[in-house]
Amino acid sequence: MSSRLLPFFGFVLVFALLGFGIYWSQRHDPREVPSPLIGKPAPQFSLPVLGDPSKQVGTKELAGQPYLLNVFASWCFACRDEHPILMQDGKRLGVRLVGFNYKDEPDDAKRWIAQYGDPYDVIVADLPGNVAIDFGVTGAPETFLVDAKGVIRYKYISPITPEVIATELLPRISLLKKEAAQ
Amino acid sequence: MTSRLRLLAIALCLFASMLVHAIDPLPFKDHAEELRFQALTKQLRCLVCQNESLADSNAPLAADLRRDVFEQMQAGKSDEEIKAWLTARYSDFVLYDPPLHAATLLLWFGPALVLLAGGVAIIVIVRRRARMTKAATASQPAIDAEDDW
Repeated sequence: MSSRLLPFFGFVLVFALLGFGIYWSQRHDPREVPSPLIGKPAPQFSLPVLGDPSKQVGTKELAGQPYLLNVFASWCFACRDEHPILMQDGKRLGVRLVGFNYKDEPDDAKRWIAQYGDPYDVIVADLPGNVAIDFGVTGAPETFLVDAKGVIRYKYISPITPEVIATELLPRISLLKKEAAQ
Repeated sequence: MTSRLRLLAIALCLFASMLVHAIDPLPFKDHAEELRFQALTKQLRCLVCQNESLADSNAPLAADLRRDVFEQMQAGKSDEEIKAWLTARYSDFVLYDPPLHAATLLLWFGPALVLLAGGVAIIVIVRRRARMTKAATASQPAIDAEDDW
């Protein structure tokens, strides 16, 4: 009896395995690089401000209040999709929005901002891309949520959408606010 | 004539693409250092073109990381220290050879487990068959033997 059912059990096992594979790959992007930096202090940096390179902004200036670090570049096509969302909802997030201009010619970046608008409280420019490597940036757009103590709490790869703001960012931001109030 | 011209054009294009693809030359001290650099960057994954190694990729990030790996080699860091530096930023994803730890146990030993399960299944089936044929031949002597198959 059992030897007859054996192929059937084998089939069920393989079916379950493949089914789980489909389920898993639909919910996880296998190309997404997990960030080992979440829960760890953001790397120390100090970068020139876009449009005013004599001024430097970095971890020291940003400490004390949570902020959202948004990696963007004029060469990044997906950033163009994300930008209107930031223009529309950036001010409603309740945290400072820091633009991280990644490996971009300052003139290109300034033209891009002039054309599409500036949703950022401040924009820092990382032309050589060294600070981006410290942050584990693999491309643009990427967004980091850093708390008042300077710890990276969350990272989002790919363009921010209204859904991402509602389901991922706002709950985490309100949590940070609650922590700050305590 | 035209075919020769075309051939020349193709050759020129190929030559040009070779020039374009010549990956940023780094000032190596000696050949041994260059070999070490190549061996190390072959084990590292480009985070942008994820099916390419850091050694092969043309992505700007890969060029930056090659430069960082080179600089760290110059600073006297060992291969393991450089790998640790990279995994601290990009997780184990950056390594083509995943290290053995709790999260990768199934990855490392899963195939052996499946092989073991298959082996056990085969042994059980073969033994059962042997027992059944033995029982069959014992209960039905000689005459029916040819009708079994």
